[in-house]
Amino acid sequence: MIRLEKRPTPSRAWIIGAPILAVILTMIAGGLMFAILGQDPVESIRVIFLDPLFDERFAAFSRPQLLVKAGPLILIAIGLSLGFRAGIWNIGAEGQYIIGAICGAGFGLAFYPSENLLIFPGMIIAGALGGWAWAMIPAILKTRFRTNEILVSLLLVYVAEAILAQAATGFLRNPEGAGFPGSRNLARHPGTDNPEIIAGSGMHWGVLAAFIAVIAAYVLLNRHLLGYQIKLAGEAPRAARFAGVNPTRLIILCLGVSGALAGMAGLFEVAGPAGQISIDFNSGYGFTAIIVAFLGRLHPVGILLAGLLLALTFIGGELAQLMLGVPAPAIQAFQGMLLFFLLALDVLSNYRLRWKTAEVAS
Amino acid sequence: MVIDPVTLIVALIGASTPILLAAIGELVVERSGVLNLGVEGMMIIGAVSGFIIAVNSGSPWLGFVGGAFGGAVLSLIFAILTQYLLSNQVATGLALTLFGLGLAALMGEAYAGISPPMTPDLFPEAMRDIPALGPILFGHDLIVYVSLALVAAVWFMLAHTRAGLILRAVGESHEAAHALGYKVVRIRVLAILFGGACAGLGGAYLSLVRVPSWTEGMTAGAGWIALALVVFASWKPWRALLGAYLFGGIAALQLRLQAADINIPVVLLDMSPYLVTIIVLVLISSDKTRAALNAPAALGKVFHASG
Repeated sequence: MIRLEKRPTPSRAWIIGAPILAVILTMIAGGLMFAILGQDPVESIRVIFLDPLFDERFAAFSRPQLLVKAGPLILIAIGLSLGFRAGIWNIGAEGQYIIGAICGAGFGLAFYPSENLLIFPGMIIAGALGGWAWAMIPAILKTRFRTNEILVSLLLVYVAEAILAQAATGFLRNPEGAGFPGSRNLARHPGTDNPEIIAGSGMHWGVLAAFIAVIAAYVLLNRHLLGYQIKLAGEAPRAARFAGVNPTRLIILCLGVSGALAGMAGLFEVAGPAGQISIDFNSGYGFTAIIVAFLGRLHPVGILLAGLLLALTFIGGELAQLMLGVPAPAIQAFQGMLLFFLLALDVLSNYRLRWKTAEVAS
Repeated sequence: MVIDPVTLIVALIGASTPILLAAIGELVVERSGVLNLGVEGMMIIGAVSGFIIAVNSGSPWLGFVGGAFGGAVLSLIFAILTQYLLSNQVATGLALTLFGLGLAALMGEAYAGISPPMTPDLFPEAMRDIPALGPILFGHDLIVYVSLALVAAVWFMLAHTRAGLILRAVGESHEAAHALGYKVVRIRVLAILFGGACAGLGGAYLSLVRVPSWTEGMTAGAGWIALALVVFASWKPWRALLGAYLFGGIAALQLRLQAADINIPVVLLDMSPYLVTIIVLVLISSDKTRAALNAPAALGKVFHASG
């Protein structure tokens, strides 16, 4: 019989090995799922993971898409990871992303048709503030009234979606849009657009912001007292209190940072790849970023790699839809599976497997 | 514009049944010390599997059974991961919701736009035609009465039986329960499966009776509202019933106000169920003594029997 024995310290090998093994197991289980859907499993996995990068027909389009899709995922996941480390569960990043996009786009549209160079930086700040303010709702309710931040942040996603629908059909609708829902196109208007920094690379300002966030988070967690407090609060809450960590401050800070980053990600998306505020411009990045954060082990470098991998599954999923007719939701189930395998394998970093024959209790 | 109170109450009971079912299941799970945030995922899997089975078999009853079964199967993943592989319950519950939403969309692709078989009302028309009382007391289908019976049964089980006492002991202190010789893991797995079945049944009620059809993402946060309801109820079954009906009342009223073309912005009505849930959560949690006293002490903690 297998027994679990707690390791004195987590195994370093398994901390890195578990995500890799999880990806491999997900490919196998995903292949089975595709086989059930009537697809050739090997072919589907190849189309999802290899063709976007290496197939000559698609690579020219797909490679830049990798950064376009990974940018928001990494930016949001970095913010979430700080909170998750401290045991503060912001799972409403999708809502903060939407509100950030609306605030940022609203700022840009307020000055339309000006092409002033200061408008785009202003939009970024407005987006970050919007996301921050939206995250402050669960933060303040948590610190003032001890209300569960998981439920509040998640429920606010639905509120944000209602506001988004109103924005697209009402207060931000393009006055010259012949009554169609959706705002003016921000990406096609100089001054409000979020262009590629290097043409043809997919590298827009949001991707740059994501890279900066990775570096900042790395420095914060490894070189700064605040990073130490975040880690301490998550691993030993009681010890953290004795060490003088102020939980209220930590909650406000972690939720605020993750909200601001998610809001910024929303603005970069709406001013770049999405182009305009529409009812469904948000593509669930706020939820997928949760998977990215865990798959990256809540570590900045890990999140960078996990963001690229999840971006690849998005692109590969679209390709598989196009080439093989794999239904679109299959990829969402696939991503969920990845998280399951990862959580299941986590046990190996904290526990050792022991083969034990039945013995008499001593 | 007049809103008829009798039809409003009838609508309220229907609107609250899915979340009541999910909440009563989650209440048992949390009383055993496990926090399963995957209610939304289990509900939507219940909605789609119940719908598929009902359409193919032509029987709504098989559909409800199938929905409960589907929810329980999904919750089994959660049970294995959290109870045997000792994974973090918050993360695993979230994974369950994300996976459930994707899988349900995948399963239901071919079923959009189909009407499910009708679920008949339980009592004969003569009883339903009694003025005022008839529609309120007798004007529902079997599942509504099942949900009420479940609330009563869970209350009785928790408050008056040995099994309920053991379940609560496991939820308050798994170490102590383990020391007394109770099978903590086994009891929790059973509670999780019960919670999954209830959530699945609630989901099937959504797709077979409330809507009735299948659309992607149709649970629209009902699972999260059910989770909030458990907190609102302070982990007590009858309060969950009260909370669900209160919530159902707001949902039913909201729909009627939209239909009545009254001068309240639609966006405000659309977000009202979620806003009200948040406000209620704040009110409950701000009462320091009550919130702290009632939460199961071992809620969300990982149990690993050493030795």
